[in-house]
Amino acid sequence: MTSPTTSPPHIVAGFTVPRVMFQVLLALVPVAAVQAYLHGPRLLWLIAVAGATALACEALALRLRQRSARPHLRDGSVLVTAALLVLAVPPTLPWWLVAFGTAVAVLIAKHAYGGLGQNPFNPAMVGYAVLLVSFPLDMTSWPTPGAEWDAVTGATALDTLRTSLRQSYTMQEIFAGPAFGHVGGAGSEWINGGALAGGLYLLARRVIRWQIPVAVLAGIAVPAMLAHGLDPGAHAGTAFHLASGATMLGAFFIATDPVSAATTDRGRLIYGAGIGMLTWIIRSWGGFPDGVAFAVLIMNLAVPLIDRYTVPRIYGHPRK
Amino acid sequence: MSRHRGLQLESHKAQPFEQPLLVAPPPRVATMALDQGSGEEAEAVVEPGHSVRVGTVIALGRGAAAGLHSPVSGIVRDIGLRPTVRGTGRCIVIESDGHDEREAGMAPLDWRAKDSTALLECIGAAGVAGLGGAAFPTAAKLELARSTGAELLLLNGAECEPWICCDDALLREQSAAVVLGAQVMLAACGARHCIIAVEDDKPQAIASLESALSSAGDARLEVTVLPAVFPLGAEGPLVAAVTGREVPHDGLPPQVGVVCQNVGTAAAVARLVCEGLPVVSRIVTVTGSGILRPANVQAHIGTPLADLVAACGGYLGSQHTLIAGGSLTGRALTSDAVPVTKGLNCLLVATPADLPARGAEMPCIRCGDCAGVCPAGLLPQQLHVAAQADDAAALTRFGLAACIECGCCDYVCPSAIPLTARFRAARERQQLRERERRRATDARARHERHQRRLHEQAAAERQAFDEARRRARGVDQTGD
Amino acid sequence: MSGTTLLPAIGMAATLAGVLGAVLAWVAARLPADPDSLVEKIDALLPQTQCGQCRYPGCRPYAAAIASGAADIDRCPPGGDSTARALAALLDRRPRPVDPQYGVTKPRLVAVIDEDRCIGCALCLPACPVDAIVGAPRLMHTVIESQCTGCELCLPPCPVDCITMAPPGTRSSMSDEASVAA
Repeated sequence: MTSPTTSPPHIVAGFTVPRVMFQVLLALVPVAAVQAYLHGPRLLWLIAVAGATALACEALALRLRQRSARPHLRDGSVLVTAALLVLAVPPTLPWWLVAFGTAVAVLIAKHAYGGLGQNPFNPAMVGYAVLLVSFPLDMTSWPTPGAEWDAVTGATALDTLRTSLRQSYTMQEIFAGPAFGHVGGAGSEWINGGALAGGLYLLARRVIRWQIPVAVLAGIAVPAMLAHGLDPGAHAGTAFHLASGATMLGAFFIATDPVSAATTDRGRLIYGAGIGMLTWIIRSWGGFPDGVAFAVLIMNLAVPLIDRYTVPRIYGHPRK
Repeated sequence: MSRHRGLQLESHKAQPFEQPLLVAPPPRVATMALDQGSGEEAEAVVEPGHSVRVGTVIALGRGAAAGLHSPVSGIVRDIGLRPTVRGTGRCIVIESDGHDEREAGMAPLDWRAKDSTALLECIGAAGVAGLGGAAFPTAAKLELARSTGAELLLLNGAECEPWICCDDALLREQSAAVVLGAQVMLAACGARHCIIAVEDDKPQAIASLESALSSAGDARLEVTVLPAVFPLGAEGPLVAAVTGREVPHDGLPPQVGVVCQNVGTAAAVARLVCEGLPVVSRIVTVTGSGILRPANVQAHIGTPLADLVAACGGYLGSQHTLIAGGSLTGRALTSDAVPVTKGLNCLLVATPADLPARGAEMPCIRCGDCAGVCPAGLLPQQLHVAAQADDAAALTRFGLAACIECGCCDYVCPSAIPLTARFRAARERQQLRERERRRATDARARHERHQRRLHEQAAAERQAFDEARRRARGVDQTGD
Repeated sequence: MSGTTLLPAIGMAATLAGVLGAVLAWVAARLPADPDSLVEKIDALLPQTQCGQCRYPGCRPYAAAIASGAADIDRCPPGGDSTARALAALLDRRPRPVDPQYGVTKPRLVAVIDEDRCIGCALCLPACPVDAIVGAPRLMHTVIESQCTGCELCLPPCPVDCITMAPPGTRSSMSDEASVAA
């Protein structure tokens, strides 16, 4: 009897790109829920806008590139980009800015470079950066926690910290302010908690590997600890940094984007540490309140170099 | 999670043990492939019409091919192309007369009285080859170990690939033979001790082996239990796991003091010394959801796989893929007329349920999962990019030559990229390029010699001309 | 930028450029590239067919011509486009395909002597640039297939046209494994 033939290996694990992306979206639910609870259900509307824009832009780009749209629309990678972008921007942002940022992320940061798997820069961060430099006022007005959902907007805890330090307030005075919660920024610390929960879920399900999140957090924590130890009046401590801004979201969801991150294990440690340290540096001395987006983009630039110098030793080749 | 790189897979090894070890009758027609799995063909020394008996030499060993012996008594009908594991290959077809008469002069060997050279000769003459699948002549391997001074004989009973359990069956039923074979091999290659490596998903085999070892009472032999990780049974990872040493990428295990043999090969050596019988049979696992009663079968070399299927109750259902080997590195077969060879350890009759369909290929998302499982420490995503660009320098830099084609990277890839197939094709292209490079270098050397030769010829002619002229002038001056 | 800082800034930039340029020129003059090593590197990329289709008497003269700039990299049909690309990568030039006026890239063929028609004149022996033809005057000649580069230089000298080009393996001539190692 003859039979159909297959080529070895004849079995596969059945992990697929859509499955990976779905797990990431699932892990983002805690963060989104916390943020929606704190800042209002408008967030969900923004997620819907961003998601729809992302899919529409992806379909358009694939049509222009003469590729079949179906498999790529189903893989869910643009939905992850859209969700991350929405979670990174203030929830009071006009919906058409969210759509604009998403379009930039999908059309320019992803498809102009060749589509899935080819983008050197994190698309969500590119979208965020473009929005930030183009619409700085809208992008830096976060709602004050505790207030009505669409009422007063103001600066974040990180922003307040920087400007207040410049105005020579002491740490105690600053931390007593309304923008601050128990450990980090009010509200922001809960969002970070949600992101941490989602991130630990992804680690447990082996969707992401530990190297990048651990390195990012260490990259923020270690300089923060040293600086706070040396000059407590001028620098906030580790706990504050880990619980404020987009730290956890960045460590577990943004920096772990596989396409734009380093690919070797050692390289990932370096990449993550670089992101962490740059984030801390930008927060402490830079011109922007939160450094995660730019730190990620700068380290994306360094990825080819990191990959080149961290090739692991092959079995049977001499240990150098 | 084990510290060894690879996959922990569902083993599918329980079903064949619901039956005892089946002994299949000798085939009516034995199809003896001249290439028994090593890639090289032995040299046939019989012709159609010759009559043969069990153990008659029908082909002489040559290079990577071991010698071949008839498993039945009867008449050689034909030497020609038949379906084999690799598609088609030249085979000696023998029609059995049903008597199974043995070749005269086959007798137990007093192996303790022979020195290592004599033992190696006997092993070589008996056509013992790597029954783990590579079918490389055992005598040549042991000879190399002896001359290099390897001190450890590593018997491979790991059997890490899903579905295959013939070595498990062998260890459960014939551990004493394995131990005896190990002792003979130690004498043949001069190694000082022997470690038998078995994976921890075979508790009965380990127990049987340990009782055989305590009966033998030879302190040089011991068992090591390894975690059940694929592909820990491959030679490179196995040597590293057991000894902690790595086989150099351009070398062989004897260079780190180790020689590896399959436990089935050891049992074949034991059979040789006990009965004087060359290798004419082996255990084959017949399994898969497409077989009625999966079992391990002691089958004669040359038996068509269809006979083994019949012995196991026949096919179940209608949609099957026949695979020679396991589900990760096995070769798909086109027909069940393919005969058993020394290198064939398993027939997997797989239904679509056993082989989940692979999705459509998507672009690589650089997730790095492939690098996480590669037992050779390679970066398959970089190799993939280099293979697509056919960049020879990058393929060498990222170590394509070290790829053992185990299929782990394929298995985990979320983008369903057929990495193993791509690497195999890229490797063939590299070899072609290497051959071209070598030919060009030789041509250059010959051309330079050609130029030199012409140079010297011209210089010699000039010298002769000058000589003659001088002589002529001399005559002119003196004579005239 | 105000006028008070513009002129000094331009002046500084110009001075810097001038100084660095002078340093580079001095270094280039003091550490010239070894011309021979370049010829070696180019020759290593050529297929060593020694056919002369590039209008040079062999691969090494062609390599020297490329190194000196007398010839372009697109003249080698046996090397094909892949050799042209490799040369372009080595010399940091724009890659170009093989120029058809120098010949057409063909799969490897070897010369086969028809022994029935060979008269033993031995005119083909000196023509072979790699000495792949074995024979002597008035004795049978044959081409050692594994050593033949397919250059076709033996075809013109043959007075009876008994040499043809065929794919390797068409006929088993004296294949010589040992000579490869020599």
